[in-house]
Amino acid sequence: MPQLTYREAISQALWEEMEANPKIFLMGEEIGMWGGTYAVTRGFYDHFGPERVKDTPIAEMVIAGAAIGAAMGGARPVAEIMTINFAFVAFDMIVNHAAKLHYMFGGQMKVPVVIRAPGGGGRQLGATHSQTPDVIFAHFPGLYVLAPGTPRDAKGMLKAALRQDNPVLFIEHATLYQARGEVPAGDYTVPLGKSEVKRPGKDVTIVTYSKMLQISMEAASQLAAEGIEAEVIDLRSLRPLDLDPVFESFKKTNRAVIVEEGWKSFGVGAEVAARTYEECFDYLDAPIKRVAQIEVPLPYNRELEQSALPKAADVIRAVKEVV
Amino acid sequence: MVLIRRLEEKSAELYQQGKIGGFLHLYIGQEAVGVGAVAAMKPQDHIITAYRDHGIAIAVGMDAGVMMAELLGKQTGCSKGKGGSMHLADVSKHFWGGHAIVGAHLPLAAGLALSFQYNHADSVIICMMGDGATNIGYFHESLNLSKVWKLPVVWMVENNQYGMGTAIERASAVSEIRQKAEGYQIPNARVDGMNVLAMKEAVGKALEHARCGEGPYFLEAITYRYRGHSMGDPERYRKPDEIKKWQEDDPIGQYNEHLAKNKIAADSELDAIESEVEAEADAAVKFAEESPNPSPEALWEHVYVSG
Repeated sequence: MPQLTYREAISQALWEEMEANPKIFLMGEEIGMWGGTYAVTRGFYDHFGPERVKDTPIAEMVIAGAAIGAAMGGARPVAEIMTINFAFVAFDMIVNHAAKLHYMFGGQMKVPVVIRAPGGGGRQLGATHSQTPDVIFAHFPGLYVLAPGTPRDAKGMLKAALRQDNPVLFIEHATLYQARGEVPAGDYTVPLGKSEVKRPGKDVTIVTYSKMLQISMEAASQLAAEGIEAEVIDLRSLRPLDLDPVFESFKKTNRAVIVEEGWKSFGVGAEVAARTYEECFDYLDAPIKRVAQIEVPLPYNRELEQSALPKAADVIRAVKEVV
Repeated sequence: MVLIRRLEEKSAELYQQGKIGGFLHLYIGQEAVGVGAVAAMKPQDHIITAYRDHGIAIAVGMDAGVMMAELLGKQTGCSKGKGGSMHLADVSKHFWGGHAIVGAHLPLAAGLALSFQYNHADSVIICMMGDGATNIGYFHESLNLSKVWKLPVVWMVENNQYGMGTAIERASAVSEIRQKAEGYQIPNARVDGMNVLAMKEAVGKALEHARCGEGPYFLEAITYRYRGHSMGDPERYRKPDEIKKWQEDDPIGQYNEHLAKNKIAADSELDAIESEVEAEADAAVKFAEESPNPSPEALWEHVYVSG
């Protein structure tokens, strides 16, 4: 299987789907002539032209809103929001419109829009540019909130997103763009709203997604060296949230650690733990542990910032508390 | 216009009887704006508006019973009882709603126009909005993008003098709303929104401007709502005399005079229309009241597109 970076995988998904479907066009800040601030769309403008690769003003409300409107009108726009932090500016468009129009008008309108946005901390960008607010968006029914953690999933899930009719928030992780991984050759898709066991194990279930998958896999390798076999489950999608593999795993391991990059309060860990308690209470051998970001706005200073983000050592410590 | 007014009067009664829930924003007084605008549309054109949407629904030809059924939350309503008064739409008639967040349908209108442009279609969208919407960020981002990308859209402000209960000069830096379009170099005009023929003519010109690839056009219709902002409006911000003064220019009265003066219709014909409309409005209410509520399963339908 060929090796691709996460960036190349996303770029290939867009390129291949645009070649296959003329309804797809891209719009966003600096995605055209500049080639994308994270270089995901480098070369697209020259190949597909300005009609299909549209540079926009710095105006997130109308970037998201016009993409939603164009989707209502039958096109398949992919809007790039430069970072997920700027999606707050477009919040009303995403959660009040993209997520609701199909339902609120009794099925008359469809919104097949994909909004791509990189997020995550660890780049010394300060508090307003470093957040992992995925759960906020995942709160809303009507939206798909996807957050792949590997190049294979990134490409396959983006392709799947572009072949269905629901609005999608596709959250990339800005520190994963250089990450390499095996990607199947040729055309393939990854089903949306399906979790996946990324590493089998029998002693403890680690539930995670996006960048924290990398951290969790690293922790699992180190734990294996000490004789603890962790099963790592990648949620991949926060809405729809597929917890069946988590329950299945938990019934075997009776212990779980949930790892997320965002803040712990009201987070992915809270949701997954609550549902696991509800569904698997009789299988519980230890309290479910959560590993998450320290609850402060992320600081600029490198050491301070890193000390606030979850690391493999934090995952290992949490696992050792429950096994 | 007459049908819209009768239906609005019926709606107010049904609201007071507790049969219509939520908010109810009546279009009485502003009928000429929506009817004139829709009359100027070609079959390929589209329209979108805010939450004061009943008049547009009827103007585009939505069945009065289907509209009334939506107000009553019935399964036979245009949005299957899930939208209510503020969320009427009929996509088959190119009517895209009915949107209840002030200004939020402006970027959607820009996007619909973008889809027409992308598909090289010959369509234009009319985006109606209240004067209050011109003070919100959506307005400025949408006008700017529409000009930069030359989108086929007609921005159409219904200036009814008040954003809820706040008079325009207390909320907007400029009271002549069309001046805001100047800032984006969008050609613009003011039009008498109490005169349906003036409306039709102005919107017709605006549509052709936008259709020819010249980009957006901006219209400010001067109009007035006779009733409160919504049914819960205490109306402490204006005096009855002000309403009476505007009613002298009533859009239906003006048009009736025009028809009589130019011998287009005799009084007897106008009376006959009144009776027909009364019967249609009664039938609409009957249809809505007799329609079933949505089934319990409908709660789960259309959260996502299936398949």
